[in-house]
Amino acid sequence: MKVRIRYDKRGKVRFLSHRDLARVWERSLRRAGVRVAYSEGFSPRPRLSFGLALSTGYESLGEYLDVDLHPDATVSVDDLPAVLTPHLPPGITAQRAVVLAPGSESLQSAVTSASWQLEVLGPDAAALAAAVERALAAPELPITVERKGSDVEIDARPAIVALDVLPPEPDAEDLRGQPGLAGPLLGAELATQPRSLRPAELLRALDPAWREGRVMRTHQWTLVDGARCEPIPLGDPGARAATSPPHAEVRAS
Amino acid sequence: MADVWARLEPHLASVQKPARYIGCELGAEVPAPDPERVGWLLVYPDTYEIGLPNQGLQILYEILNERPDALAERTYAPWTDLEAIMREHDIPLFSVDTHRSADEFDVIAFNLSSELVYTNVLNCLDLAGVPIRSADRASHHPLVGAGGHATYNPEPLADFLDFVVLGDGEEVVSEITEVIAAWRAGGRADRREVLRALAGVEGVYVPSLYEATYLPDGRLEGTRPIDPAAPERIEKRTIADLAEWPYPKRQLVPLTEVVHDRLNVEVFRGCTRGCRFCQAGMITRPVRERPAEQVTEMVRQGLRRTGYDEVALTSLSTADFSGIEDVVAATMDDDTTCGDVSVSLPSLRVDAFTVGIAAQIQRARRTGLTFAPEAGTWRMRQVINKLITEEDLYAAVSSAFSQGWRRVKLYFLTGLPTETDEDTLGIVEMAQRCLDLARANGLKGSVTVSVGGFVPKAFTPFQWFGMNTEAELRRKINLLRDAARAKKASNVQIKWHDPRASLVEGLLSRGDRRLGPVIEHVWRNGGTFQEWSEHFSLERWQEAMAAHGLDMDWYCHRHRAEDEVLPWDHLSAGLHKDFLWQEWRDALDEVGLEDCRWTPCYDCGACTGYGIEHVVASAVPPAGGSQGTGQDLGRGGEVPVTLLPRRPAGVAS
Repeated sequence: MKVRIRYDKRGKVRFLSHRDLARVWERSLRRAGVRVAYSEGFSPRPRLSFGLALSTGYESLGEYLDVDLHPDATVSVDDLPAVLTPHLPPGITAQRAVVLAPGSESLQSAVTSASWQLEVLGPDAAALAAAVERALAAPELPITVERKGSDVEIDARPAIVALDVLPPEPDAEDLRGQPGLAGPLLGAELATQPRSLRPAELLRALDPAWREGRVMRTHQWTLVDGARCEPIPLGDPGARAATSPPHAEVRAS
Repeated sequence: MADVWARLEPHLASVQKPARYIGCELGAEVPAPDPERVGWLLVYPDTYEIGLPNQGLQILYEILNERPDALAERTYAPWTDLEAIMREHDIPLFSVDTHRSADEFDVIAFNLSSELVYTNVLNCLDLAGVPIRSADRASHHPLVGAGGHATYNPEPLADFLDFVVLGDGEEVVSEITEVIAAWRAGGRADRREVLRALAGVEGVYVPSLYEATYLPDGRLEGTRPIDPAAPERIEKRTIADLAEWPYPKRQLVPLTEVVHDRLNVEVFRGCTRGCRFCQAGMITRPVRERPAEQVTEMVRQGLRRTGYDEVALTSLSTADFSGIEDVVAATMDDDTTCGDVSVSLPSLRVDAFTVGIAAQIQRARRTGLTFAPEAGTWRMRQVINKLITEEDLYAAVSSAFSQGWRRVKLYFLTGLPTETDEDTLGIVEMAQRCLDLARANGLKGSVTVSVGGFVPKAFTPFQWFGMNTEAELRRKINLLRDAARAKKASNVQIKWHDPRASLVEGLLSRGDRRLGPVIEHVWRNGGTFQEWSEHFSLERWQEAMAAHGLDMDWYCHRHRAEDEVLPWDHLSAGLHKDFLWQEWRDALDEVGLEDCRWTPCYDCGACTGYGIEHVVASAVPPAGGSQGTGQDLGRGGEVPVTLLPRRPAGVAS
């Protein structure tokens, strides 16, 4: 049985790499006593699959992990977040878990875009707003990016779904509420399909002289029947994820 | 209080492996600064990946944090990219636990596992804003101490260290804490006052209270106290019973990749095999075993707490642990851990019994097995007292190949006393025979030969030996490569350590106080991370030696005579100097010495000096006999060469 877990990554642990995080999850699951199925073969590995990698140094409010549970695993999917969080490093909280219906799309293919907040070092808010306006009006935004070790020219424009300058909000749970920001905040929704655009590449398309400060992924989005929704939404506890039957017991036969 | 984090954080995205600097490991302590508690900053002066697993540092970290009057945090040497940023932005060395500035601690204590980190010690102090020289520090500066195996000859660092601890740290850190607490309570006035008090703690050496004098010919005349508080001779500390110290209880589980990333449980300390090149075996005597039940319990609880799926049973020769079979069986049968667990034995003895144990514990992932014959001929092994017979080695290797291992790794030393080219070439002969055994078992097989240049160390029978020159070590390595090539043994891979690095290790391991300015010179010229080949430069050391009028050859390649005063003669690892000298003579006569755990005492000094004895869980030698000592002890019954009924899946026949 497969379950999907939503978690965040905030504070000092944002400096963990994607590989580090995989190891952290393996150990945390074992510490929590949640048995995971292993791959076959000469060197069996626990069957965990992660979605789109988050760059080292970026924070996130919505990361996802699919776990293939061992047939003998005995834990309720609703209890999983509470069981796991005490075993995760400070800054990582398991927020919600759902059972994945057999044959569900992988995270890599299901997620079509992600929302970001970027602290932009260089411009003031007005200069950033002007650049946003120019970018949204441009028919194309050619930039040179590195893909698989070589430089290629791509058009950044099609991957930009939305762009705006975010006003600070002291009470916000995301970057808008962070004290001590050294630059204005850019909000962006960037496509991950058919080709993904990275936040640093977006910034280069706006102005090559600007640099990123803190960066946070706030949402990942999937399309279900044409409607945009998160793989596992938070907030409304009754909200159902597209892929899961509600309140399923994880007790594989 | 200066929390460095806010200043550090904006730069971490631009350095390699920033997770090295964040702390947050399972088991990490984040003590609030407390003026009532003596603050220790424990430093491993190499990268986080190398330093984090260090068990000695972790043991002291726990013991200190358990004390109501102490707190301990950790740090590691920042890599060169972060160092440049720290210097540019005036960010001090910080603890990874709470990101406090290093100079806020009462003590900065270094773990010295190797000589090549000495320049990093200076660099860490400088980054901490602490004067590198002991004499330049004022009373508000932290006290700078060191412990670990390299401190058995601390003289090259005498100018920089306020105090040095010899031997086991478990008890002495508490005594040091009390001395410092009393000094602080008394107003923390005169720095010399606390140094004199520290000199009164058994096992603590305060270099500034001693003076080294030299003979006209350059040899050392003596190192004598110049203060009534300083003892003539400093004895190492030894804990009598490992069972009283079940540490680490909360081993750190890193969030990023480190070496030896697994649960480590120390099964015994000390070694009586008596390999004459081995400093660790000599200075950690006597043997003190942990009770098998305690080991089992530490393994069980440790696996559950950490989430590791691998445990290493650590010691200098784990197959000699008398409770090995009980512990392995209990660990493998424990079904309370979440998923399969593998056990590793980092220091394997060379015999078929050992391979049997290894087969039992490596249920999955059977890839390579490592043995350390250390020398290529029986004659040479008698000289170094590593008395592995060819019969034992080939039985072990054959057994390994027959049970599914495909790669065997063999460790050797070259540049040993009396070594001839025939001895050196014996290494290739051995590797070739091992390959033949693989073929006999129907495998292609591969053998990796790892060769290190021998470096004589303090408190070993070889401390009088003039080490081989760099050119000679290089010639021997080339001899090995050519011989392997001539045999067209493409499945024998030869790896070697850089002889230039061995030379500097040799310089520092037996050096004296005159090397202090040399170390400083190298550090000032950018010579940090000397254990890393990309940063090591022999020329920098040669230039520093020349600048201070010192001769590398004199320090490294000169045989010492019996009457020469050695730089560590005022320190004691418990071994009688005449015992070591007799061992040196016996080595030259190719005479081996038995493992004293199973024979009458030959009075090396380690037990008698401290009024303690070898603590072993069993009065009977372990199954397989005490291999390698020439003792006729029987072999503990049948040698279990076939523990697995069949080959594991995935291994070609």
